Amino acid sequence: MSVKLTTRQVGDVTVVDAAGRITLGEGASVFRDTIRDLVAKGNKKLLINLSEVSYIDSSGIGEMVSGFTTVTNGGGQLKLVGLSKRVKDLLQITKLYTVFEAFDDETVAVGSFK
Amino acid sequence: MEKLQTTLESTLQSVDHAEELVMLEAGKAGFDEDGQHQIGMAVRECAVNAVVHGNRYNKNKKVHLDVERTATGITVVIGDEGEGFDVNSIADPLAPENLLKQSGRGLLLIRAFMDEFDMHPRPGGGTEVRLVKNLASE
Repeated sequence: MSVKLTTRQVGDVTVVDAAGRITLGEGASVFRDTIRDLVAKGNKKLLINLSEVSYIDSSGIGEMVSGFTTVTNGGGQLKLVGLSKRVKDLLQITKLYTVFEAFDDETVAVGSFK
Repeated sequence: MEKLQTTLESTLQSVDHAEELVMLEAGKAGFDEDGQHQIGMAVRECAVNAVVHGNRYNKNKKVHLDVERTATGITVVIGDEGEGFDVNSIADPLAPENLLKQSGRGLLLIRAFMDEFDMHPRPGGGTEVRLVKNLASE
């Protein structure tokens, strides 16, 4: 299964619910296209919900970093919520925990946007 | 000792297949779910390198996968038929100036998940990587 992304609005925060695998190929390109589309439509507060993501490879990590750069360069914020232990481990290994603001609780995450 | 050898096409489907196959072997070798996941991910990263950077999706070039289960763990060898690869050409993905780069993290993950990692020219051309994970490291 590749990744499935659905978006919903919580106040002025756009929550992207991701499910499946974000890996080289369809998964990573779907993720990239979705983030770019949301930014192009003027969404500046993006919260990526990874609680149903079972697997991210280095290409998927790369797309998350690229999405982060795209959003922040446009004056927005991109944050993460619902990381599994494996995804948290990936952020530790790659030191990307210093880049991404990550939360366990969605309400707290939504409230953190300025 | 159990040995498995297979040859794969230079496609992303082969990457998925290599990952699934080695995870299955890792389970038979006695690795738990986390261990299987780490081995599978390392193999996936190597297989991507072989298909994308080594063989460049060339239909005439193959990916060679050898898996060996031993009493102490698992050894995986993945070879491509590409032009060769200089491991030193990869920038340190942990350097502050590289943290926001989109690519370059594959080898970092492989080294983090496996006990041994070796990359060398493949006899006959291309690049070969050898991965080892010991059961004792779980």
